[in-house]
Amino acid sequence: MEIVPLGDSALIVRVRNRFDDKPEETLDKVLLVFRQLQAASIPGVIELVPAYTSVAVFFDPVTVAKATETSDKLFDWLATRIRAAVADVAGQGHTKRSVSRTVEIPVSYDPEFAVDLDRVAQTAELSPGEVIDLHSAAEYRVACIGFVPGFPFLAGLPKKLATPRRDVPRKEIPPGSVGIGGAQTGIYPLRSPGGWNLIGRTPLRLFDPERSPPLLLRAGQRVRFRKITRDEFESLSGNP
Amino acid sequence: MSLVVERAGFFTSVQDLGRTSFREFGVSSGGALDCFGLRVGNLLIGNDEKAAGLEITLGGLQLRFEDERIVAWCGGEFDVRVGSTSLPAGHACLVGSGENLKFGACKNGCRSWLSISGGVHVEPVLKSRSTDLRSNFGGFKGRSLRDGDVLPLGLRPGSPAPAKVISSWTAPHGWVSPAKREPVLRFVRGVDWSRFNAASLQRLTSEAFTVSPDSDRMGARLEGPELKRVDVSDLISEVVAPGTIQVPPGGKPILLLGDCQTIGGYPKIAHVITVDFGVAAQLRADDHVRFSEISLADAHRLLLERERQLELFRVGLSLRTS
Repeated sequence: MEIVPLGDSALIVRVRNRFDDKPEETLDKVLLVFRQLQAASIPGVIELVPAYTSVAVFFDPVTVAKATETSDKLFDWLATRIRAAVADVAGQGHTKRSVSRTVEIPVSYDPEFAVDLDRVAQTAELSPGEVIDLHSAAEYRVACIGFVPGFPFLAGLPKKLATPRRDVPRKEIPPGSVGIGGAQTGIYPLRSPGGWNLIGRTPLRLFDPERSPPLLLRAGQRVRFRKITRDEFESLSGNP
Repeated sequence: MSLVVERAGFFTSVQDLGRTSFREFGVSSGGALDCFGLRVGNLLIGNDEKAAGLEITLGGLQLRFEDERIVAWCGGEFDVRVGSTSLPAGHACLVGSGENLKFGACKNGCRSWLSISGGVHVEPVLKSRSTDLRSNFGGFKGRSLRDGDVLPLGLRPGSPAPAKVISSWTAPHGWVSPAKREPVLRFVRGVDWSRFNAASLQRLTSEAFTVSPDSDRMGARLEGPELKRVDVSDLISEVVAPGTIQVPPGGKPILLLGDCQTIGGYPKIAHVITVDFGVAAQLRADDHVRFSEISLADAHRLLLERERQLELFRVGLSLRTS
């Protein structure tokens, strides 16, 4: 485990250096560290952000300085506290991950939504139908939330479906669009620009700042896509 | 209890000190690009330092007050007028009911922050009144202001009404007017520092960069010497933060600002230190900017020293009004 500064008010706890070789194990480790640091309530720590192989720790140097009673070596003090929290085996027990159910995301692969399905199919040397079957049969795991609020980067895409991002990103992608970018799949929660290949759309709202909690998916959660028809899409999204 | 936006100007939005604890959900911290400036402005008029104000980019804003309020602003070299009276940065001023406040041309710098007694009282979303301009929520209808908008204001605190129309007291010049010509931003090394070749590391600290017009609240894109890596392997996405200088494959660095995304896959060569965010927030297209390295311990010392000075300032203000 490596702890490196991310400027003067944050640091990164790097749990592993690789992700793709052992995504499951890496995510479990990262989430364990995330929960251990949450449980440790280190003075001055404001927020924790897990992503792939690391957990970022944002802190308020003023509060940390009060806790350490020195302005020197704030980083070293925090790093020591973090290492202690992660090494604390007792902490691992009560922070044990609750077995989370797999979240099912209904997706319509209707041609109107799946504007890049042919491109993905050509790259994979499969028929569009086979792409849809593969995509909706696999189980995924949220490796990270980011890019825009609520955007889940999903690990577990069948290798055959990996497709390079589009050379020229689209300026505007409709919310709910399901895409493939390289070896990952994900869902655009909000209208935003983006370069992933779009193969479907979900009627679910992944992010709603007025809702509590504001998002549907969290890092570590397991996800499946359920193929739905265009009619089901319309009725689930509340359209006539 | 409300404020009429007669002219919204080039780009004005409601901002407070930003959102914390929602990065895990991919939500940017956002907030005033110079949080310290907004805090100082709020303290000058007796507001809670976390009160929401307006962030004004390049001027053109005209407001009409519907009741009496005290205001103060910090930021670039703007021509600000209350009625026909000039209001310098960092001075509290009483604005009467029906009076106008105008942000005119910006001679130097780019942005300023206006604090109004009682604060801009839009509904908090995810615990902040800041406008998330990228995802369109929070602030006033999740967007920048338009002509004719009417902003709700909070209850006026028992604030130190200036004896005269414009207060004689002010805050240190560097706090209220952080814009500099050819600024030097101090940085600490980034986690990917050693991935860059020696010549690039040398260029980062010896040459000037030019701010590209393609810059916004997410980041200042910098033209000039290209920064090249030794290795070209793909990096695993990690968290980035305001102040991070990331370098996409083209070699042109981007200095991330308040609205930056929460994670990124580009190498992080350096991080501008927090006390220099106020200077960074004043960068506008075609400005030249330089960088110089300091240690992390020094970055912390500077930040703690500034907080100590602010605490003294706060005490001084309260003595003045007691």
